[in-house]
Amino acid sequence: MTLLEINQLNKTFVKGRDVTHVLNNIDLHVKNGEFITIIGPSGCGKSTLLKAMAGLDIEYSGEIKLDGERVTGASIRQGVIFQEPRLFPWLTVERNIAASLPLTNSEVKQNVDKLIKLVRLEGFEKAYPKELSGGMAQRVSIARALLRKPKILLLDEPFGALDAFTRSHMQDALLDIWKEEKTSMVFVTHDIDEAIYLGNKVIIMSARPGTIQNIINIDLPFPRKKSTKSFQEFRQLVLREFEKVEELELIDSAGI
Amino acid sequence: MSNQSAISLDKVNSSKKRVLKSKRDLGKVTIMLKGFIFPIVILVIWELTGAWGLISPTLLPRPSAILTTFIDLVLTGNLIEHFKISLWRALGGFILGGTLGLLVGVAVGFKKNIEQTVDPTIQMLRTVPTLAVIPLFILWFGFGEVSKILLIAKGAFFPLYVNTFLGIRSVDSKLFDVAKVLEFNRWQLITRLILPSALPNILLGLRLSIGVAWLALVAAELMGSSEGIGYLIMDARQFSQTSIVFVGIIIFAVFGKVSDSIVKVFEKRLLKWQDNFKG
Repeated sequence: MTLLEINQLNKTFVKGRDVTHVLNNIDLHVKNGEFITIIGPSGCGKSTLLKAMAGLDIEYSGEIKLDGERVTGASIRQGVIFQEPRLFPWLTVERNIAASLPLTNSEVKQNVDKLIKLVRLEGFEKAYPKELSGGMAQRVSIARALLRKPKILLLDEPFGALDAFTRSHMQDALLDIWKEEKTSMVFVTHDIDEAIYLGNKVIIMSARPGTIQNIINIDLPFPRKKSTKSFQEFRQLVLREFEKVEELELIDSAGI
Repeated sequence: MSNQSAISLDKVNSSKKRVLKSKRDLGKVTIMLKGFIFPIVILVIWELTGAWGLISPTLLPRPSAILTTFIDLVLTGNLIEHFKISLWRALGGFILGGTLGLLVGVAVGFKKNIEQTVDPTIQMLRTVPTLAVIPLFILWFGFGEVSKILLIAKGAFFPLYVNTFLGIRSVDSKLFDVAKVLEFNRWQLITRLILPSALPNILLGLRLSIGVAWLALVAAELMGSSEGIGYLIMDARQFSQTSIVFVGIIIFAVFGKVSDSIVKVFEKRLLKWQDNFKG
């Protein structure tokens, strides 16, 4: 069943007399419970696309429907995880997760406690964001989004600022959450391994204007191992797609 | 054998820790004492030069004389009465001006429209020296309490206004996106995002306002009154009772510092989430 539907989405930035075509005829369908990763070179509009899905940017032509309803603005139905955790520095971990909801309500409190357990932050309920590491802070922001029971979780390079160890740990944590909560995910990244490791589908985008170049179904069972032959085959496949796009800068910067 | 050495090592470590702790405490006391050295030296020299008759007591009474005057004034009940009046004026003026400063600052911070209509005028009024409006206030409100409290309120208004405005305008716009995604309503946006984030600036404004309130109090009481610490100083000057002048000055200094410390305590408790360079 289709949960999120993007039809003929076009977006242009106008700056003075320059008109830049950022997104070009994007069509995308996300099924219930699906994990989609979007990968592309920087400047291909993948973050812009995610912002449009989140309803944080509604100046585009075409339509985005969530559960059959048009997305007209940001709401708790689309949870968003930004590249930085964006926690409220004056609130403790549990208060950050609750944010606008009252912790005095026993149901809210129960759900918050459950999520703290899910993201493995027991013992840090009363800690302030300044006392957390980058990975921990990002887990708080994931819990904050999950508390609202979003229909879909949109993640914009959420682990981009983390070191390699923490990143791979966070990927597994996210997969655990996905298995547990069955929330649909759209995950933007510029890391090919990450895209293949997490996604049911990898969407490859090309730049100027941002277009969906190809969609690759990754039918590997979870948990995946990056060292296996099948994983490497998918990696080759995605890399070949990139060569078609002739965006070698990205491959260089990914250290291949 | 290895077990034993482990235990002894443990012991050494713990005793080391204890030594370190007492060393640290000692360090703190030394730092505190360091701050006292200079004033004590000054006081001793001051007292001695007075005792040897090197300086006239009408110009610079000895510290011991000031202390006796202070005790005398407290015992007659005079000082406490004057102090109460002064405190009441400062507090009244500060609450009036501070509250207005906070409210107008919030309003101007929130609405570009209000900022464009109101802020230029306020900035113009801000640069008018308090002393320059004293004659006007006396003409309008006489020598009574109203003109004094309004004068103090005028002083206390601006620091809170400017800093509240600044605090609101420096809220991280990235957190506004979060507020949108989490569906904060307007009230939650104000109380859960904007005010907490503006709080460091608001508290700074509060401290500056209190300081200005004390300054304005002295100006208000010197312009003519029959009660209050400022009056006490003026009155003593006419009769060359220099030690009473000193008592008044010291009271201003001490209570200026005390009120500032109270806000600092609040600051420490309310802003413990801040992650800043602590020197």
